[in-house]
Amino acid sequence: MRELNYVRAINEALREEMARDERVIIIGEDVGLSGGSFSASRGLFQEFGEKRVIDTPISESAIAGVATGAAMAGLVPIAEIMFMDFITLAMDSVVNSAAKMRYVFGGQFKVPIVFLTQGGGGLSAGPHHSQSLEAWFCHTPGLKVVYPSTPYDVKGLLKSSIRDENPVLFIEHKMLRVKDNVPEEDYTLPLGRAEIKRPGSDVTIVTWGQLYYKVAAAAEKLAQQGVDVEIIDLRTLMPFDLETILESVAKTNRLVIAHEAVKTGGFGAEIAASVMEAAFDSLDAPIKRVGAAFSPVPWGPAMEAAVLPQEADIIAAVKELA
Amino acid sequence: MAEVKVTKEKKVELFTFLLKSRRLEERLIDMTTQGEIAGWLHPNLGGEAVGVGVTAALEPKDYINNTHRGRPIIVTKGVPLKRFLLEVLGKKDGPCGGIAGEMHYADIEYGILGTQGLVGANIPLSVGFALACQIKNTGQVVVSYFGDGAVDEGNFHESVNMASVWKLPVVFVVENNRWAQFTPQACTAAQPDIWRKAEAYNMPGLLADGADVLAVYQAAAEVVDRARRGEGPSLLECRFNRWLGHYIGDPQKYRDPKDIEEARKIDPVTKFQEQLLAEQILTAESIEKLEQEIKAEIEAAVDFARNSPPADPADVFNNIYV
Repeated sequence: MRELNYVRAINEALREEMARDERVIIIGEDVGLSGGSFSASRGLFQEFGEKRVIDTPISESAIAGVATGAAMAGLVPIAEIMFMDFITLAMDSVVNSAAKMRYVFGGQFKVPIVFLTQGGGGLSAGPHHSQSLEAWFCHTPGLKVVYPSTPYDVKGLLKSSIRDENPVLFIEHKMLRVKDNVPEEDYTLPLGRAEIKRPGSDVTIVTWGQLYYKVAAAAEKLAQQGVDVEIIDLRTLMPFDLETILESVAKTNRLVIAHEAVKTGGFGAEIAASVMEAAFDSLDAPIKRVGAAFSPVPWGPAMEAAVLPQEADIIAAVKELA
Repeated sequence: MAEVKVTKEKKVELFTFLLKSRRLEERLIDMTTQGEIAGWLHPNLGGEAVGVGVTAALEPKDYINNTHRGRPIIVTKGVPLKRFLLEVLGKKDGPCGGIAGEMHYADIEYGILGTQGLVGANIPLSVGFALACQIKNTGQVVVSYFGDGAVDEGNFHESVNMASVWKLPVVFVVENNRWAQFTPQACTAAQPDIWRKAEAYNMPGLLADGADVLAVYQAAAEVVDRARRGEGPSLLECRFNRWLGHYIGDPQKYRDPKDIEEARKIDPVTKFQEQLLAEQILTAESIEKLEQEIKAEIEAAVDFARNSPPADPADVFNNIYV
């Protein structure tokens, strides 16, 4: 099978969906002529034209709000927010408009929109280009939140997100430039379904996004030390696949949740509480969480590494349980 | 610009909508005071000419969004009062299923796009509808309707600029009642002539007397036509002085009683009535007949809604997702 990197998988999903459905448009800063700050929309302006790949002013609130209105009017917009950190400027349009327009108006409208954004640290991009803010959106009824880690998952989940008739926040991680086998043909993956990326018997680790690769590396080291880790890549955070987590915990009786976002109030807390409520008796040890320190993300590389969760933090958390 | 000609029939229609808006508003105020309508009613006595004049310039297929003082728009867009009252009284069969109430009322069958609880949040949404109309080449015009307070939101700047860059079929209408909740425009607006802001967005700016339904209608008809011809958006400011407080029950302690007295001397309904009597388009008898018809329609609607089944809490989670 052909290998594709992460951003090319995004590009291919966008191209295929635009070709499949003429209602699909892309709207955002630098998405058109330049092909996107991270090349996600490369070539689409040339292929589909300026009416469907629309460069905007630097106006995040209007990008998200205009895309929401266009979705209510029957288009399927992909609204790109260049860095997840900038979504603060679009918060009202995302949270008060996109997430609520179907509900408030009694189902008169559908809001089939994808907010496509890119988050996470590791690039010395500093406090305003490095954040992981996914928990905010999981707290908002009406939104779905997707955060894949592999090119295969990206293509299938982005296509599903575009076809979904609800507003979906689709997060990519800026450091993900890995390659993977990605089918050339059309395929979709269901939202709300986690994947066991590594079966194991001793400890379950639930993770998502780029941290998956640190978890996978940690699991290999732990295996050499006789600890068999099962890795669940959550892939969709809202709705999240509690069933797969509970089945795993029933087997391993130990759970670590690892995410790059700040640990305090992070989505890991929601997962931990849900597992406690549903399966307290399955647990042989307290649930451990690994996440960023309660700090903004600094620019300096060594400083940044001190804030964001590392492979060693994951290994240490597992060893406390195993 | 050539003045838009107004036929006798159109004048009678405008007066009918004005009078119906006035009598409906008085009835809603009464029902709110009696505790029959939940929440805050934001009264629009004295402001009817703006919503009526603008909406009367639209075709049935056109879209308009609304504000929290939006009954004149709902009446003039042709929503049957029975239908509207179902939503006002929180009934199961209301167009929004009793989720929206009078304040957030949306009714896509009549092209009414609803009200956002956040001032100015409707501006990007209506621009999004206009973008969809342009892309799909539907020939529809969208009115983005908001108050003077909304002009100070970032959404105004972002959305109006975007609409002008793309020459979208949208008309921005400012219902300037001189008050942003409890604060007079004089305290908040560096440029109180809102219509002049149009120059910054390279579009026509118009000012109309908001107590003169003919002036509003003629100005609106001109800019709606311009938008329909594909020549892009305009900004129409319609100015008057709010009669009542921000909501029913607002004691208006922040306001000079003389200002309230002066405001109430300018009545768009009696002003137009006198004009039509002088032009012999209406007679005392025809006005009395109209009053009786309107009263009967309102009372029939209230009775109908009162006797309809209430919204069922079992349905409260419908429509969070498709």
